[in-house]
Amino acid sequence: MARAVTTRHKTIATAAAWIAALLIFFPILYTIITSFKSEQEAIQGFSLIPSGTLESYSEVQAQSGYFKFFLNSVILSVGSTVLALVVAVPAAWSMAFSPTRRTKDILMWMLSTKMMPAVAVLFPIYLIFRDTGLLDSRIGLTIMLMLINLPIVVWMLYTYFREIPGEILEAARMDGASLWNEIIHVLTPMAVPGIASTMLLNIILAWNEAFWTIRLTTTDAAPLTAFISSFSSPQGLFWAKLSAASTLAIAPILIMGWFSQKQLVRGLTFGAVK
Amino acid sequence: MATQQTRSLARFMMAPSVILLFVWMIVPLAFTLWFSFQQYNPLNPIRDGFVGFSNYALFYSNPAFLQSILNTLIIVVAVLAITVVGGILLALLLDQPMWGQGFVRILVISPFFVMPPVAALVWKNMIMHPQYGVFADIARFFGMEPIDWFGQHPLTSIIIIVAWQWLPFATLILLTALQSLDGEQKEAAEMDGAGFLSRFWYLTLPHMSRAITVVILIQTIFLLSVYAEILVTTNGGPGYASTNLPFLVYQKALLEFKIGQASAGGIIAVILANIVAFFAMRAVGKNLDK
Repeated sequence: MARAVTTRHKTIATAAAWIAALLIFFPILYTIITSFKSEQEAIQGFSLIPSGTLESYSEVQAQSGYFKFFLNSVILSVGSTVLALVVAVPAAWSMAFSPTRRTKDILMWMLSTKMMPAVAVLFPIYLIFRDTGLLDSRIGLTIMLMLINLPIVVWMLYTYFREIPGEILEAARMDGASLWNEIIHVLTPMAVPGIASTMLLNIILAWNEAFWTIRLTTTDAAPLTAFISSFSSPQGLFWAKLSAASTLAIAPILIMGWFSQKQLVRGLTFGAVK
Repeated sequence: MATQQTRSLARFMMAPSVILLFVWMIVPLAFTLWFSFQQYNPLNPIRDGFVGFSNYALFYSNPAFLQSILNTLIIVVAVLAITVVGGILLALLLDQPMWGQGFVRILVISPFFVMPPVAALVWKNMIMHPQYGVFADIARFFGMEPIDWFGQHPLTSIIIIVAWQWLPFATLILLTALQSLDGEQKEAAEMDGAGFLSRFWYLTLPHMSRAITVVILIQTIFLLSVYAEILVTTNGGPGYASTNLPFLVYQKALLEFKIGQASAGGIIAVILANIVAFFAMRAVGKNLDK
């Protein structure tokens, strides 16, 4: 590109963009700062310099057993993602490589299940979970999260698999490779990046899911979404503790998210914007 | 060259996904539909039984139902307006050459990865709290009375929080679309003496139109079911001022145990979502043909 960019133009754009970005990021930044304050400091008015105390962090763990919720979040988000992949990889595979007349309809139908509002089935699911003893169990919630994200996983995998050139398949067949050989030695290595991206995005979505994880758990299976929601009724001075708990809850996923911007666009627009 | 064998294998590979999603979609929804024609209260089972359409009739007679539908639509439309306009402006800004672009992008996209309860509680307590929040600090600095956001403007407060969560999404998608715009086309337009506004109107905006459609459709699906943000901030109040349809259904089902009414609300939510889905599917489906 031969477009001449003046330094002045670049300076103005940089300044404007940084101001906008810092304003948008401010609530997160301020939460992180407040988490290093004491409760007294936290309510003493606006200040960007904390005393650096870690007491809120130790209190969050000591008072409410933060780690248990964190562990549940990890188990639920990773578990549901792995389960969804096990089911979705073969489906996306066959749709990408042996499409039939109905493949497109099936894909669209899968997408349509994602559009069903969760509240519409809240009570039946609640009943089914209660009667099968799945309420507040990690297994029940893992299955739930797997089901709500399955359409996105199939779709994302499908858009990745479709980009694997079919000629390679033909060549392998010519060489007399069996179907399973073909899948394991030829296609899998090419599919790994797509599967990894899908996995990353799905873990993020499952980690942040805040309807079923709150409504179907009480204590045993409660992940961080449910734990943080328990802060909705103020308990005395709790600003610093809320900040510490929030920082811990978002940090891992924030970092994962930064690495998955491209996949996010692709996954959430079902391949319509790349 | 699909042989009979590969075709049946393909069907076998697809079966688990299809069966799971089919059961997941049909079974609970059938229950909900059935309950929506029943009077059913686990706490007071004496009057249980078939009641026809009377649960649905409540949507005309009970102001809470009407208000919840209205609130649902206000949240969707307001958040869409803020995020699409804001997202276009931010995308245009971030597309300019600048120092530290990668880092700016990371800062802008971050709110999207914040789980809803955290986003809502941080805004409620750290930013909008009438006594200790940053907005109150700013108001006092200028000698003004701090605003009691959640007490006096509950729906606006929720819209602000939800818009903050979705602005990054809109920005990211629109920026991706913007960056695929052909540089040569831009140059040609510039050489022809097209100003910034006419370039934006005749070149950039048409190029982004599909991305804008996608942003609107996908956000609408999620915005129709805003839940956690309301739960941890206003709890739907004061009164029903910030109750949307999903929240009302939750209240009726799990707090008041009026299962019939809750189910009717759920079915209305499905109908609303289907109207949106109809347009969404057409837009995404078009892309598949390409």
